[in-house]
Amino acid sequence: MTDTAATVSTGLHTDAAAKARLKGRYAAEMRFKLLGAGAVALAAFFLLLLLSTIVTKALPAFHQHYVTLPVNLSAENVNPEDPSSANHLGIIHDALSNEFPTATGRQERRLLRGLISTGAGVILREEIEADPALLGQTPGISVPLDDFADLYLKGLLAKSGESRELSGVTVSAQEGDVDLGFADSTILELARGARAVEGDGGVLRMTSGSDSFLLDIAGGVVKLTELAAADGGGASGKGIVYEPLTEAATSPVAATLRTIVTAEANRKITDREIVWLDRLNARDLIESRWATLFFFTGASREPELAGIWGAVIGSALTMLVTLALSFPIGVSAAIYLEEFAPKNRITNLIEVNINNLAAVPSIVFGLLGLAVFLNWFNLPRSAPLVGGMVLALMTLPTIIIAARAALRAVPPSIREAALGIGASKVQTIFHHVLPLAMPGIMTGTIIGMAQALGETAPLLMIGMVAFIVDIPGGFTDAATVLPVQIYMWSDFPEPGFQQKTSAAILILLGFLVIMNAIAVVLRKRFERRW
Amino acid sequence: MKKFVLSASAAALALAASAGVAAARDQIQIVGSSTVFPFTTAVAEKLGQTGKFQTPVVESTGTGGGMKLFCAGVGESTPDFTNASRAIKDSELETCKGNGVTPVQIKVGFDGIVIANSKAGAALELTKEQIFKALAKNVEVDGKVVANPYMTWADVDSSLPADKIEVLGPPPTSGTRDAFVELVMEEACQEAVEAANEKACTEIREDGGYVEAGENDNLIVQKLEANPKAFGIFGFSFLDQNADKLQGSKIGGIEPTFDNIASGDYGVSRSLYIYAKKEHVGVIPGMAEFITEYTSDAAWGPEGYLADKGLIPLPDAERATQAEDAQALKGMGS
Repeated sequence: MTDTAATVSTGLHTDAAAKARLKGRYAAEMRFKLLGAGAVALAAFFLLLLLSTIVTKALPAFHQHYVTLPVNLSAENVNPEDPSSANHLGIIHDALSNEFPTATGRQERRLLRGLISTGAGVILREEIEADPALLGQTPGISVPLDDFADLYLKGLLAKSGESRELSGVTVSAQEGDVDLGFADSTILELARGARAVEGDGGVLRMTSGSDSFLLDIAGGVVKLTELAAADGGGASGKGIVYEPLTEAATSPVAATLRTIVTAEANRKITDREIVWLDRLNARDLIESRWATLFFFTGASREPELAGIWGAVIGSALTMLVTLALSFPIGVSAAIYLEEFAPKNRITNLIEVNINNLAAVPSIVFGLLGLAVFLNWFNLPRSAPLVGGMVLALMTLPTIIIAARAALRAVPPSIREAALGIGASKVQTIFHHVLPLAMPGIMTGTIIGMAQALGETAPLLMIGMVAFIVDIPGGFTDAATVLPVQIYMWSDFPEPGFQQKTSAAILILLGFLVIMNAIAVVLRKRFERRW
Repeated sequence: MKKFVLSASAAALALAASAGVAAARDQIQIVGSSTVFPFTTAVAEKLGQTGKFQTPVVESTGTGGGMKLFCAGVGESTPDFTNASRAIKDSELETCKGNGVTPVQIKVGFDGIVIANSKAGAALELTKEQIFKALAKNVEVDGKVVANPYMTWADVDSSLPADKIEVLGPPPTSGTRDAFVELVMEEACQEAVEAANEKACTEIREDGGYVEAGENDNLIVQKLEANPKAFGIFGFSFLDQNADKLQGSKIGGIEPTFDNIASGDYGVSRSLYIYAKKEHVGVIPGMAEFITEYTSDAAWGPEGYLADKGLIPLPDAERATQAEDAQALKGMGS
């Protein structure tokens, strides 16, 4: 009996089959490790991809372009008795028109005015109200550019091609439609390469579907519209003067040819506007500034004016209500259930229900809030108070569960010692058990709050998905919160809002990271081991 | 710790109590259609910029949801305006009247619905019949009503490219979808299909030719950029703002441009409305001024700021009468 047992045991673990099995097990382990590492790497890759897309998309939103114009604040334009009622936007438009005296005609002036944000008037009014000494003078006032002008200057709308020096160029007049002459014919090849349309008699037309050719000549800018081969080599062409020349160049002069590779039809900014912006830039009137508007103003329908501050305040107020409601109620409930409540069927039922509540979809809490707080209690719509109450309901189970676990982790010896020297049960808990459980409770609370901070769905039902410009000043003022602001911006058609969306996501992520960091610090600082 | 818990609970109670006695509302509240939302918000912002009133709060609840809130009664807890991407229904008007609400209807402009694709793809010229054949669930083939057999545009009409039919559009909950069905599908419905089943005209195929792309039109724009063979259905303002990437298909030979929609030549456009609550004018500050701002030429005129946002203005004469009626607060059926 013992013999057979011995042979079986040695044979079982040392024969070839056993070795193969062992090798198989090691291989399986290695495969599992590799798969695990692969999964982690994949997750890290996607996280990196997500973060880098958001960051690269968001970066342009953190600075924006301003133009500084000398605005005429004489008594004629602004009544010193009532400076708030002037046509402030009109004054800025006049200042811009003064920069380009040749821009005449209704359409052209409209295009020019469009370079400046429609909120510029409000900014001027606020500057005057802040400093009445400006009245009667012609101060240089900085106002934000319109979103498309801003995007162009950030290089996001049109791609510039290389520029070329040309010699021997003539132009027939200083303004209006002009005839051009070129000493050599390379320009024809360039035009063909730029998708110019070849018409009858070899005339190349630079349409809105081709690259744009802008000719810097004699202090002015000419946009090429037509080109053709000229007799005796060279080329002739037609153009429109966008910026007047200092003198007609009837004898050949040097010029710079600038190409814009994105066809005019494929961009939301015209050649005309590009020339104006470049001129303003050349005169040092445009500067890129840190986007204070984005951080410190409320929402707006104009991308260049839209800010996140209203949503940040709304989020802060909402979180305050959530914390003020869910923390004391949650902790009290946890203490009662853990320390005082008898263990019977009813408390079991309550416990199961709390665990289930933690898993209920958040929209259900929104519906509950709509039915109870708005329709029954008649609380105001879109208010941080109601938002906070709804989110508190959602956060309560998380806090109760975390708090109970933390209380349970306090060793019984602490309680027994306190009771042993004559403390009452309430004294025992509030003086000894609760302080020791606090780090755990706080960690749970902060994680619950972080979850509430990112919540959108329940707020949808109680009207916090609204366009709100004014910064909320109290708990019953209309407000929105960060994730909802992101949701709304992502749905606006203007391209400028796409960057604002990413930038707002970064700010929300920043908030979350800070909250989680606080949770970690609290845990590390107060943690006790037994 | 005990003190902290107590003071926190006290704060919570104080909060709850303060809400009960909320002060009289001095901020206009607006609810309703998400299509009109971008325009109404622009006007609301302008009103706030005057510095005389608080900026109205504009909530996007959808036309139906907005009407429900708007008609629920008179008083501070009900909204003052509602946006609508269709005219008020008789049943809604009755509810309004029953609750003592007199709506003032203001037609503010048009919205064109476009079928667009990436500029990298081929430009299409469609008719409503072709769109119906491409997108309906049931079509008529050789006198019989069958499940839509057309897989490519060339199957629908040999003049169209032989690309797979792939149209991204709004889900059934969307007002844009309702308008599209009403203006294109029902109009172009084949007689046999109509006879077969009264719902058949409004049913859109579910075999992959039509993809419900959610309510976010920016998402559709991005997908069209990525796939030049796909088409998308959305409001004109998205085509307008993304004119650098997208082209609108001609429908019935008419291109979806600002002028064509304004003149009524482009066949797929609907009217947009706002409704004011007459009972609240004079009670909630700024309502009359809001109406005046909305109906000013600087806002809804052909060169107003709403046109920049993609609202197609009404013809001059209609704008004048609408503005007059609105400013006189001509209530419905009163």
